[in-house]
Parts: sequence; structure tokens; C-alpha cells
Amino acid sequence: MAGTGRDGIVTRREALIGAGAVAGSLMLPGAGAWAQGAAKPAELKVGIATYLSGPASVFGVPGRQTAEMLFDEINAAGGIAGVKVRPIFVDEGPGVDHVVGEYRRLVQSEGVHLIFAAISSADCIACAPLADELKRPTLLWDCGTQRIFEDNRYSYAFRTQANATPEILAALLYLLKVKPDFKSIAVINQDYAWGRDSWDIFRTAMNTLKPGVKVSAELFPRFGATDFSTEITRVLALRPDVVLSTSWGGDLDALIRQASDRKLFERATFVMPLAESSLQRVGKALPAGHIVGARGDHWFLHPSPTDPERLKRFSESYRAKYNAWPIYPCFHMAQAVSAMKAGIEKAVAAKGGGWPTDAELAAAFKGLEFPSPTASVRIREDGQGLENQLIGTTLHSDKYPFPVLTDMVVFPAESVTTPVGQKSADWLKTLTPDIVAKLPQAQAFKS
Amino acid sequence: MAWLSMAWLSDNGILVGLALLDGLSYAAAVFMVAVGLNLVFGVLRVLNVAHGSLYAIGGYAAASIGLFATSLGAPPWLGLPILLAAAVLVGVALGPVIERLLLRRMQDREPVLQLLVTFALFMILEDLQKLVWGVQPVVFDAPLKWLGTVDVPFGQDVIPFTAYQLYVLPGVALATLAILATVLRYTLTGRMVVAVTIDREAARAMGIDAAKVTMLTFTVGAALAALGGALAAPTVSLVPGVGASTIVLSFAVVATAGLGQIEGAAVAALLIGLGRSFAVYVAPEFEVVVPYAIMVAVLLFRPQGLFGVAETRRI
Amino acid sequence: MTRRSETLLALAGAALILALAYAVPWLRFVLTIALAKGLAVLGILLLLRAGQVSFGHALYLALAAYTVAFGAVVVPEALLLLPAAALLAGIVGLLIGLFVVRYREIFFGMLNLALSMVFYSVLEKFYALTHGADGIRLPPVTFLGRPLAGEAGEWTVLGMALVLALACGALVRVALASPLGEALAGIKTRETRLDFMGVSPKRVLLAAYVASAVMAGFAGAIIALTTRHVTPALSYWTTSGELVFIAILGGAGSVLGPFLGAAAYELTRVYAAATFANAWQLVLGLVLLAVIVFAPGGLWGMITSRRRAA
Repeated sequence: MAGTGRDGIVTRREALIGAGAVAGSLMLPGAGAWAQGAAKPAELKVGIATYLSGPASVFGVPGRQTAEMLFDEINAAGGIAGVKVRPIFVDEGPGVDHVVGEYRRLVQSEGVHLIFAAISSADCIACAPLADELKRPTLLWDCGTQRIFEDNRYSYAFRTQANATPEILAALLYLLKVKPDFKSIAVINQDYAWGRDSWDIFRTAMNTLKPGVKVSAELFPRFGATDFSTEITRVLALRPDVVLSTSWGGDLDALIRQASDRKLFERATFVMPLAESSLQRVGKALPAGHIVGARGDHWFLHPSPTDPERLKRFSESYRAKYNAWPIYPCFHMAQAVSAMKAGIEKAVAAKGGGWPTDAELAAAFKGLEFPSPTASVRIREDGQGLENQLIGTTLHSDKYPFPVLTDMVVFPAESVTTPVGQKSADWLKTLTPDIVAKLPQAQAFKS
Repeated sequence: MAWLSMAWLSDNGILVGLALLDGLSYAAAVFMVAVGLNLVFGVLRVLNVAHGSLYAIGGYAAASIGLFATSLGAPPWLGLPILLAAAVLVGVALGPVIERLLLRRMQDREPVLQLLVTFALFMILEDLQKLVWGVQPVVFDAPLKWLGTVDVPFGQDVIPFTAYQLYVLPGVALATLAILATVLRYTLTGRMVVAVTIDREAARAMGIDAAKVTMLTFTVGAALAALGGALAAPTVSLVPGVGASTIVLSFAVVATAGLGQIEGAAVAALLIGLGRSFAVYVAPEFEVVVPYAIMVAVLLFRPQGLFGVAETRRI
Repeated sequence: MTRRSETLLALAGAALILALAYAVPWLRFVLTIALAKGLAVLGILLLLRAGQVSFGHALYLALAAYTVAFGAVVVPEALLLLPAAALLAGIVGLLIGLFVVRYREIFFGMLNLALSMVFYSVLEKFYALTHGADGIRLPPVTFLGRPLAGEAGEWTVLGMALVLALACGALVRVALASPLGEALAGIKTRETRLDFMGVSPKRVLLAAYVASAVMAGFAGAIIALTTRHVTPALSYWTTSGELVFIAILGGAGSVLGPFLGAAAYELTRVYAAATFANAWQLVLGLVLLAVIVFAPGGLWGMITSRRRAA
């Protein structure tokens, strides 16, 4: 019997009411009744897996802050379909087996109606099948790996953002557009799955679109490394035209600072698909003229948002509350919250105002299109989100104490996302150079 | 195995030189953390897992004080003294408290219990540090910026190094080594520390106040850990978890060095620093494994570590 | 404590676990993990008896977990995977053991740590095969030919863990009371005396080491079958540290200690994480500190001393 229905728990709870105070206190949080008859819940509980400890908390904590801010906004406006929402956060820091245990606790004990999981790709890969098993609608809100929906199909798991393939491909296409004649490249990536995966994607696409580029060095310093001196010396000596780094967090900050101190930015063009999240911290240590991405079209100064007021409101309320401009995990969280709202409203409307069952809610996410702070995202039939990508070049402006982006290209999601049913590794090999010719116009920074 | 041939060496001779420079500065950073750990181990016979937390707190404190001073308009040359002062402050503030309240109570317990106490402390400090300094990376690079860069010739080319990395890190490490070695060898206090390291019972029997020596050593060790962190603050981004990754590396240094051996820690740090640096040039895939490979290799041939003394068999 | 009362306690504990797992479904998963970790800690307990602490037993945990993950592609039968994983852990334990039993105390601990960190790097390096930190997901597994999935699957894995825990616990108890156990204790107090008696301390320690690797192997296999997703984090040094932590928390005085400790550890962590998602490490650290300072015999010691007082 797959899945433990909440009705089952209730009867067992009743049967075991006399099981003593110890067991009783363990069960207290209890399962909310949102049974198949689907009465409207008194409160909508949402489990959110995010990093609250360890190095990835540089993303996890802004994600959590955004969720808190947006849940408050929803409740101030009367909730979703009249139901108030409450987030329950769990820490991804201790690893996969902890998160899997927490997922079960959230579903079977807290009785959450929806789950947002997760930042770590490993956690997403482990949680997506669990979503189907426990039949709980689950939004993958930030993890990068493209493997999830390319290797499997799920009925209850959906991704409200893009994946590694479009995120990395967009950066390569941008590089091919602005610096078409580069001859050599070096890579400095973190030594773990993301660092390896992203380099695989970049290299595969590069070899297809511009064969013959010399790979001067492939350096994978330890995840969490703090000293990149040797790597920088080596790249300084090799003088490649381009340096790629998909690193993030403290690692990327340290790499940028140390490369800046040693004038490496003067010798090579850097391509950093995740650096949007580091700009405000490294400040003007990062010179102008380098290529920066944001794992999506996330930029508080997006040149052409669908709804400028919406972006402005989001960015400024975040800044007013947390004293920093929102970075990409904030946008990813905003998308998950927006998808949740749109999904529930769609399911309620489909039921003529009645409250949907878990299965009906899950079905509502398929093909759902929902607004993001900058544009909109559509969830494809395979569960993968179609999200635009924004890549730009750094520029120093007097208006901000950190580099801003100029010559921004917004890539339409379909143009850079692996089509349904194909694997990224194969699809990237079918690209043709006219994909570069067909790129949209770059848009300059407007002060 | 092209890199083993002489032809490779003559082609890449200068590269080897560059790797040496990087290896030295990395070794200096590693030594600063490991030497305190080793000193403490010698006297207390406890492998202090919380040493990594003290490193992180030293770094965070130095960065906070430095950034605060800069915001008040402190001149950039004050950066370096601030780093030193912050380290001493952390050592003196935390060292005696930890030793007095926790370790001393545990002195006669089994070694594994003592170690676990520091493990518990590590977990507590890890979260406390997060509560105080948050999760966003912190850095204080005024001293590094002030010192500027040095161009090292490389064929027709020049490779810029930061003066901080080239002079300050190895300089402080060498000075620390010299001071520690001199104090341990030529001062009365130092000799008492050595005596307690070698045989606590005998030292006490000869009238040495072992408790005082222990407290002093632990404080110095804590300050050295904090100094390691403070010296890293200008180049490194301090994030949650930085203590955990630092401490495993230090463990490898200590076991390679031989317990309680100051000079051993220097040699082991040098081996590991240079080994890692060369690995980046010839076999980048194995960079991460280098410290452990060196440790296993050393212990294979010298079971007590490089400078360790074999204990006599007790009956 | 007498053998009979210990057996009764063990059976009562097993019944309590089953009752809890029945009453609170989400605890089934947590309790299975706790039993698995308890198994690994049982091995740590053997080594502790000899005064040696390994900071690298996560190596065997991860080795077995990956064996199950890779093996399941070929032979998806849990009853074959489980012993195969433990056997491989035992063989590797023997090879490594031949090297590390020559060392004592910190060197013993650090060598184990180094080897597990090397294994951790290997898992990350052979990225094409292991998918690095993303880990691999187990293919569907069967138990006696029937699919090991859903609620029945959870009960089956919990049952296997419980049977293994009782069997290994009983074996270790017998071993500790035998001459081998006495010899292990001898390594801790005065190793040279064993030599004089014609007993090879290295061989004694090797036997304990291999046994501990096998038990860690069982633990790793159970963990893989429970989470159905394995990552290199299983072999990271903090996982090894956690095992030692549990050993001390539970108390080294009895074979029941590891399981008591593992259950207390997992439940404390889960509840600390649920109550203070931000500071669960702090809570765990404080609990451990309190146990070490005020109850050096661990939780087991607390129970027995209360009995004696009563």
C-alpha cells in the first residue's frame, strides 16, 4: 500500500488514545483533516525545506525571509481562497536522510498540505519520489539538477523554476555573442555535483557550437575552499581568454576577491552564471566587463519586467525589511509562493468554489502559468518549469555601491530549455550556431 | 608521467617556483591553525575539536572589529594590529573559560569523553556563531588592500601576488614558530610546559603547578586558533561551516607531525601545503586527497608521526 | 545487570519500538534509522572496550550503502543485498584493519578518519558513476521476490533492522563476556600484559575491528534501504563523529546502550530541529555536554544507577 493516508492516521490515533502520555505528546501536532471529502482547511500549512545551517545558508536564509514576507502579505490580503497560510521550515543542513525523515514528519505528523523542497539537488531527487508515494503536492523551488524530470515522471512533484541546462546554456550563448573569437577557456568550479554537472553542460554545448576551443585548465577546488591562490596563479600563467566559474556563496566571494586582488580580471573575461547572488557582498572588487547570470531572469533592475510595479514592490519591500536587494533564491521562493497561490485558485475554480483534494490540487499544477516578480513561468507537462534567463555584463555605476548589469539579454525560456522527453546531454549536441544569431537584443542599464 | 621527466622540469621550472610560493603561503595558513591544536594536545592530551570554532570566531571577531574601526575612520595601516589584537582578545576571553569550566572538570575522565566534550562545544559554538554573525559571508580586506601586490617575473610575463600572501602570512607563521620554540626551550614557563607535555605526573611531583600550566597553554592555543582565523579574514570569506572544514585539515597535520611537536607541525604543514600546491599543477583531481595521503604515508613509516617519540612499553 | 533482565529489557525495547512505529507512522522511518545507527555504534562499542575510538567508521556505512545502491541494479533482492553489503564491508574492514590495528589512540582514530575522507573524495571524484554529491537513488528492490515499497516495505525494513539489532546485540554480549572480550579490555588497561600471556593484541583488535566493520555494513545497508537515496555525506567525518557521539550518549556499559543512545539521538535531533530549526546543533551539543558531565555512564548508566539506588 503506497502512501499513508491521513485518514488512516486519525483512526489509528483514536485506537491508541490510551497509549500513554509519551506517545500522546509525540502525536500532538496531529494531522489536519483535509480528507477526500475536501472540507476547506482552517489553515493551509506549507512545509519548506531550506538551508538554515552550513555554507548553503547564504541562499537558504534569504529564501526563508522571502517566504515569511510573502506569507505575511498573503495573509494580510485574506489568504488564498479565503484560507490563511502558515510556513513550517525544516533545515536541509544535516543531509538527505534528515530531510527525508522531515518530509515524512511534515506530511504524516504536521499534516502539511504542500511542500516546497529544496535547495540541494540530492534532497530534491530524494523528495520527488516521496511526493508521489505520500501523495502530497510538492514544489521543487530552487534545486538545479536537470536529472529529476529527464530521468523520471512524477504526478505530485513540480519545478517552479528552470534547471541547470538553461541556466548554463544561456551564459554560454551570451559569451558566444559578446566575445565570439575566444580561443581558450579555464574552469574553476567547486568540487561537487553542481560544479561537475554545470561544466559538463557548458563543455558539451561549447564543443557543439564552437568546436576547437582550447580548455587550458579544469580546476575543481574543494567545496568550501577558502584559498584559491594556487588556482589563480595557474590561470594567470596560462592566460586563457575566458575563465568560467559556476561557484557560489563564500567560495565565489573568496574567488572573486582573490582574483581581483591579483588582477586576474584584467587578463581574462570571467563568466559566472551564479554571481548575481554575490554582487552586493563583493561590491566593486568585481570590475566592469564580466559576464554574470542569476539562475533565471532574476534581477532587481530587470530591464523589461512584465509588471514593473510588481517587481518594484517585491524588491523594495524585501529591501525595507532585510536591508539588501533580493537575490535569486528570493525570486525562486517568490515563484514557488506564486505557483502555490495560482495552483490552489485554479483547483478551487475548477471545482466551482469547492476545496480540491490532494490529487486535484496536484493536477492543477500541470500546465499552470503563474506570474513571477519579473515575468511569468509555465509548468510543462513533464513537471519542469519554463523560466526565462537573464545574463548581463557588469558595470560600475555611481548609484549603487556594487556592480550592476548592463547589456542584458533576456532569453525566452523555450529557446534554451531541453524539450520534453529529451535528455540535456543529447539535446545540447543538436544545437546549431543560428541559435546565437537569433538571440534577442541586449538591453543597457538605465540609471 | 610527462611531468616526471627532466625536460618537463626545465620547461616548467618557473611554474614549479610559482607553485612553491603558493604552497608556502598555504602552509603558513595551515600551520597557524595546527600549531595551537598540537600545543594543546601535548599538554592536555585532548584533541580539541572546538579549535575549529575558535578559528572561526577569531576570524569573525577580527572582521567585525576591523570593519567597525574602518567605519570610524581608522587608517588602513591599523588593519594588521587589529587582526592581532582581535585574536588575543578571543583567546583570553574564551580560552580560560572553556578550560576552567569544562576541560578541567573532565581531566581524570576517559580520553574519549574529553574529546566528546570538545565535540559538543564545537556544535554549540557553531550555532552561537551563526546567531551572532548571521549566514552572509564576512570579510575584512583593508590590510590586504593596503599592502598591495608584488609582481613576480614569469618568463616574459609577470604574475601578480598579494604582498599579504607573500610576506605577511609566512612572516607571521615564522615569527610564531620562532617565538614558541624560544619560549619553550629557554624560559622557565616554557620548560614547565614541555615537562608537563612529556610526563604530567613527574612534572607535578617536581612541584610544577600543572593546573596553571594547562590553563596557560590552552589560552595560548585558543589565541593561536583565533589568530589563524584573524589572518584568514582578509582573504577568506567567513561562512557557517568554515570551522568544520578547517579542523579536519588540522587533525591531519597534528597526526602527521607527532603529538605536541611544534617543529613537527611546521614540517607537516609545509609538506601538506606544498603537496596540495603541486597537485593543482600536475594532478588537480587529487588535490583534496593530498593531506590524507601524506598523513597515511608518514604514519606507515613513522607510526608516532614525523617528530613523535615512541612511548616506552608500560607493564 | 543480569543476563536475563537485559534480555527482557531488550525485548521490551523492541516491543516499544514496534508500538511507537505503529502509533506514529512518521516515526517508523526515524526509528529504522536509529536502529541502523545503533548497529554501527555496537561496533564502535567493541572498539571502545579496547580503548580505541574510530573517527572513520562512516567509511563502512557508506561502502555498504553504495554496495546496495549499485548492487540493486543487478540483483534487486534485499535479502541478498544486505549480507553482500555487510560482507564487502567486512572484507574491506579486514584489509584496512591489518594496517590500522598497529596504531593506538589518536593515531588509530585519525587514520580511520583519513581513510574515510579518502573514500569520501573517491565518491565525489568518480562523479560519472556516483553523481557526486547529488547521490544515487535506489532502483526498486524486492524482499523474497515481492516489491519492497510503500507501508509494507517500511515495516519490512524496520523488521530486518530489529532482527539484526537483536541478533548482533546478543552476539556482542556473548563476545564481550568471552575471553576475547576480556582481552579487548586488556588492550585498554595494559596491552603488554596480553603479549606476556601469549595473546596477540593486534589479532584481538583485528577481530573486533572486522566485526565492527560488518555491523557498520549492516547499518549502511539498512540506511540505504530506508532512505532509498545514498550520498557521499554518509562517509563524511561528521557522520563518524555522530556514531562516537551516540556511543557515549547511550553509555558503553551494555549492548543496549548503543540503541538507547541512537533512539535518543535521533529523537532529540528531530524534535530539536522541529522546535528550533535554527539552532538544533546547539540543543544537541548541550544535551551531550549535560550527559557527559552529569552522567558519565551515558543514558544506560543513568538507568542502572537509578535501579541500584531504588
